[in-house]
Amino acid sequence: MSYVTNILVAGIGGQGVMTAADIIAQTAIRAGHDVKKTEVAGMAQRGGVVTSHVRFGEHVYSPSITPGHADLLLAFEPAEALRWAGHLRTGAAALVNTFAQTPPVVSLGLFEYPDAPLEQLARYPISVSSLNAGDMAIGMGDRRLVNSLMLGAAARHLPFDSGLLKQALLDRFANKGGKMLTLNEQAFDAGYREPGKI
Amino acid sequence: MTAAEQVRNPQAIFISGNEAVAMAARDADCRVAAAYPGTPSTEILEYLSAYPTVYSEWSINEKVSLEVAIGASLAGSRALCAMKHVGLNVASDALMTQTLIGAVGGLVIAVADDVGLSSSQNEQDSRYWGRFAHIPVLEPCDAQEAYSMTRFAFSLSEQFSVPVLLRLTTRICHVKGLVRTDASEKTVARFFNKDSSRYVMVPGNARNRIPLMMQRDKELAQFSESCELNRFEPGQDRRIGFVTSGAAYCHVRETFPEAPVLKLGLSHPAPIETIRAFAQEVDQLIVAEEVEPLLETELKAAGIQLSGKDILPRIGELTPSVLRPALAQLTGDTCTTAPATQNDLFPRPPTLCVACPHMGIYYCLAHVKNTIISGDIGCYTLGAGQPWNALDTCISMGASLSVAQGIDKGRSEADQNKNVIAVIGDSTFLHMGMQGLLDITYNRGNVTILLLDNRAVGMTGGQNAPSSGLDLHGEETIQVDFRKLCEALGVKPARIHEVNPYELPVLFKALREEVKQTGPSVIITNQPCVLTERYRQQPVLAVDADRCTGCSNCLDVGCPAILVERRETVIKPNGREKQLAFVKIDSAACTGCNLCINTCGPDAIIPLSRDSRINAVEVSA
Repeated sequence: MSYVTNILVAGIGGQGVMTAADIIAQTAIRAGHDVKKTEVAGMAQRGGVVTSHVRFGEHVYSPSITPGHADLLLAFEPAEALRWAGHLRTGAAALVNTFAQTPPVVSLGLFEYPDAPLEQLARYPISVSSLNAGDMAIGMGDRRLVNSLMLGAAARHLPFDSGLLKQALLDRFANKGGKMLTLNEQAFDAGYREPGKI
Repeated sequence: MTAAEQVRNPQAIFISGNEAVAMAARDADCRVAAAYPGTPSTEILEYLSAYPTVYSEWSINEKVSLEVAIGASLAGSRALCAMKHVGLNVASDALMTQTLIGAVGGLVIAVADDVGLSSSQNEQDSRYWGRFAHIPVLEPCDAQEAYSMTRFAFSLSEQFSVPVLLRLTTRICHVKGLVRTDASEKTVARFFNKDSSRYVMVPGNARNRIPLMMQRDKELAQFSESCELNRFEPGQDRRIGFVTSGAAYCHVRETFPEAPVLKLGLSHPAPIETIRAFAQEVDQLIVAEEVEPLLETELKAAGIQLSGKDILPRIGELTPSVLRPALAQLTGDTCTTAPATQNDLFPRPPTLCVACPHMGIYYCLAHVKNTIISGDIGCYTLGAGQPWNALDTCISMGASLSVAQGIDKGRSEADQNKNVIAVIGDSTFLHMGMQGLLDITYNRGNVTILLLDNRAVGMTGGQNAPSSGLDLHGEETIQVDFRKLCEALGVKPARIHEVNPYELPVLFKALREEVKQTGPSVIITNQPCVLTERYRQQPVLAVDADRCTGCSNCLDVGCPAILVERRETVIKPNGREKQLAFVKIDSAACTGCNLCINTCGPDAIIPLSRDSRINAVEVSA
């Protein structure tokens, strides 16, 4: 069977996980692949765990990534990176936004947020890069820029030209006016420059 | 068409299964579409609403939506109704009679099963309705087939004068793939043909229709044997052959690329003889179906030897990670799939949104003693979670009132002092709750009803309902007056209250007073869902760190924007330990609803702009 590339995007409802996955899928289509994209998002708008699976190659049958077969994990939150790390294959890459978000069950003291999630991640047979996309986005003036920052950082790991991915992102803002377009382009570039291996 | 051809085809578009169903209905000249929103089917009608050639509506419930579609079909138009699996239970009364009448204009019932339970109160297999109602079942496996089979369903419906069940699952509805559409068609103009012997299902007429239905079953079974939707895919490795359908087909193909597969698109009536012949060509025949062993039982009854649910799970999706180890038992192959490593991480359950008007209600309910609280479907179900733990039952849509009536009437001596409370939302009340209220008033029930009117179907994303004053298209229409409605259903005017759910003292007062009353009371809340355009954001709040005493009362509201900055353990004068939690407010998430201010004794929660010594998450890095 021809090889299929598996991208797992993970985060929390409301972070733009599905949009990021959609942009990767659009880029894969432009690169000439067959593509399937799905999400696991039970009641996702209410702060629950969200993942989106993007699979592309010569022919994609199942929309779901088999655990242990993901090539890249794009994690929008450090604890969520840890939650899904086991779905990566040996030698895969994880790209993590280090901006932590604690749910009410942690605030209430019922559960603990993991200690040093990036150090725990480093124990997996994968390569981990990180950036604080949350702080960077807030610094750039809009929290929603996390998405573009993460995509920019992901461009280094995806098997297509980074310009193609950037264009698919910018096409989303083509009719929304210059400021959003410029901001997202800047965020993409900043994300592309930023992540360092840990 | 292969994937590569699809990709090369500039006409191919990247859409979800739900969007594909909507486009296909439009292209098939469907004139009327109706639904009640429900995950994972909701988007079908949202997409259809954009097409001016299709009349589309949010109906009050699924039975009504099917009846609207039936009427349109009898009037000669092609019609579609969409619902999630539990919705078909509601609509089943209409379905079981419609199957005798049959369709005139093509009638398609798109039912989305939540296989794996992403957001439903149960997992059920809608294919049963095909057998029960004697109607054909089509099962697309991806967005492309969702498109082509919806087109096919309308013509099949007209060819056999039968409603057609399009069985979707989450992995069809919410999976995007490349889809090539076909030229749209124009149906012939028909008219309503008065024919009471066919359309009026009194016993004498219905009795005459049953043999016709049986004859239709036979013809459909014959049709299935040669139907092009039932496709044979040869394979090199004949140790195992698969009969499969829907999303399970994709998972089978992914996992066993060399196995021969009989893929059923028209899965009921099944092409029994075709399957019998296929069984002769392979060492072992496996039926891979999500969820129930439905086809498996039929084939076994026909004397065909096979395996199915003896090796495959009966719940959830048949993904490659499930199929591979299960089949390895039969083939003797080693299973190479590494089990996913699980981390011992905190759960991240769904919770009410920041500033949700329901949070105050559940805060109050959690603080009122001696209650039995009957809950309902929708966001209110989340009140069962932390920190409120304020729900005792949740059965089905609209059931909170009737279940509460049952609890009231059936309570034992030990529960005589308990206050029975029912919680229901606006859209849910209109869907099926009104009847329960009438039962309570008519039969002198003693229930306090909280009617949480947030002017939207909140859980599915804030769709409109008669409580919104807006229709599916966002156009203005009537807005139901709940006070008058409750009065009409028999509640005394003095026992109906309208309250602002953000004003906790008012809410507490109304609740405490009404639970003491004999007879039904209704407390209606009047603030919009935060996901809708109606919601107005107010100045963002922050915590004055100098004043915060760490009492953590505010955490009991359950707002996701309130975060713990640090914890301390102190020894109280009585020698007991006390945990303190000093909080901050995520200013990027806060919308200034002021609920938490009500719970803060030391007045440490203040508008962000008023004090610079605040302990908020910084706005600029």
